[in-house]
Amino acid sequence: MNPAEIRAVALATLKSIAPEVEEAELRADRPLRSQVDLDSMDWLNFLLGLHEKLKVEIPEADYAKLVTLDDLVSYLAAKLP
Amino acid sequence: MIEFKLPSLGAEMDEGTLLEWKVQPGDVVKKGQVVAIVDTSKTAVDVESWQEGTVAELIVVPGEKIPVGTVLASFLEPGEKPGPRPAAAPAVSAAAPAPPSPGPRRMVSPAARKHAQEKGLDMASIAGTGPGGAVTLEDVERAAQAKPGAALAGAPAGKGAEMRKAIAAAMARSKREIPHYYVAEPIPMGAALAWLIQENARRSMTERLLPAALLLKAVALALKRFPELNGFFREGAFQAASKVHVGVAISLRAGGLIAPALLAADSKPLTQLMQELSDLVKRCRAGSLRSSELSEPTITVTNLGDQGAESVFGVIYPPQVALVGFGRIMERPWAENGGLKVIPVVTASLSADHRVSDGHRGALFMLELRELLQRPEELNR
Repeated sequence: MNPAEIRAVALATLKSIAPEVEEAELRADRPLRSQVDLDSMDWLNFLLGLHEKLKVEIPEADYAKLVTLDDLVSYLAAKLP
Repeated sequence: MIEFKLPSLGAEMDEGTLLEWKVQPGDVVKKGQVVAIVDTSKTAVDVESWQEGTVAELIVVPGEKIPVGTVLASFLEPGEKPGPRPAAAPAVSAAAPAPPSPGPRRMVSPAARKHAQEKGLDMASIAGTGPGGAVTLEDVERAAQAKPGAALAGAPAGKGAEMRKAIAAAMARSKREIPHYYVAEPIPMGAALAWLIQENARRSMTERLLPAALLLKAVALALKRFPELNGFFREGAFQAASKVHVGVAISLRAGGLIAPALLAADSKPLTQLMQELSDLVKRCRAGSLRSSELSEPTITVTNLGDQGAESVFGVIYPPQVALVGFGRIMERPWAENGGLKVIPVVTASLSADHRVSDGHRGALFMLELRELLQRPEELNR
């Protein structure tokens, strides 16, 4: 999967949790959780959605690596074959 | 003969609109089975039957707005034989009759019509699968999904205003009738968070626990020793509840608040509590809660979580007599035994009804809550 495809999956998953997200207004280099209202349950459900779709494990210890959308996409790209 | 009446689904609910029946005359109904869908100002609710029986007659018609307590249907008790048909009860209708449907004469519930309008669908193009070809809310949903580019579900503007009115009514009533007192306690969360990290490291992602599960379980357990905080004040008297059903305040994305219950929260292991919480939140946001979840909370917890402020002093949801609030878990300087360290702390608060309990008992409850959260492994019973 290339980064663009991963990004598309991440955005689709995000929108299933937070339907009000406007892709065009989302800054990929700024903290995601300061742009989208995601409580801890939403965040967990978002990661579980990615886990289900991409079959990657995302341990809690790695949360600090997932601050921006760019971070998230790089992280997932590194984990996918 | 059992009269199946519309139950109350929350303090601010005086009436509801029957959206559709899930059973027909002749169907056998089990306890807890969903028999109808009723729309309230906050959400559509799956109404469950409290009793077993066989459906004899469906009295209220979909689309009708009815006050709480209205007889919706009659059931035969198990073993009862149907008697001579009683004279039809006069129709109890609190609202104006449904407007005539344009074009082909079919029954369309006002809720289905409204929903179709919001989705920009032409009523004439929707197939009706309800009794007599009536168009139900489900038919509209199906048509909406089939339509390319159908808008994602969001609370329609009308629903938002209705919900706000319902919240306003309940909160105003609470402040008018309940003399609130407040007690707050900072609770060290180092042990709890360390335990969670360890526990989650050995669990799969799908079984991951959130701090919220620990907080809710601790509240449920602490309540067992403080019955004066767990129950209902009605008609001038307090009645302690026999079970602990913790209402969880959940904010809805389109605005608004609803607080359905995690039933018997004190008796469930953390994994189960977490899964039920997650499921409850999902169904809340999708608007598919069950009547027992709305009518049974014996106390409410409002947890602002990591997007929240330091503390919250909430408004008790009548006829309950207490509400526990949690702010954000944050790092704080902490003085102990003459020394200073930095630890994660959550500020917990109790809002309680002074007609039923006093500050001393409220304070003892908070101390019990604090102690339970210092021994997280014991919360897993």
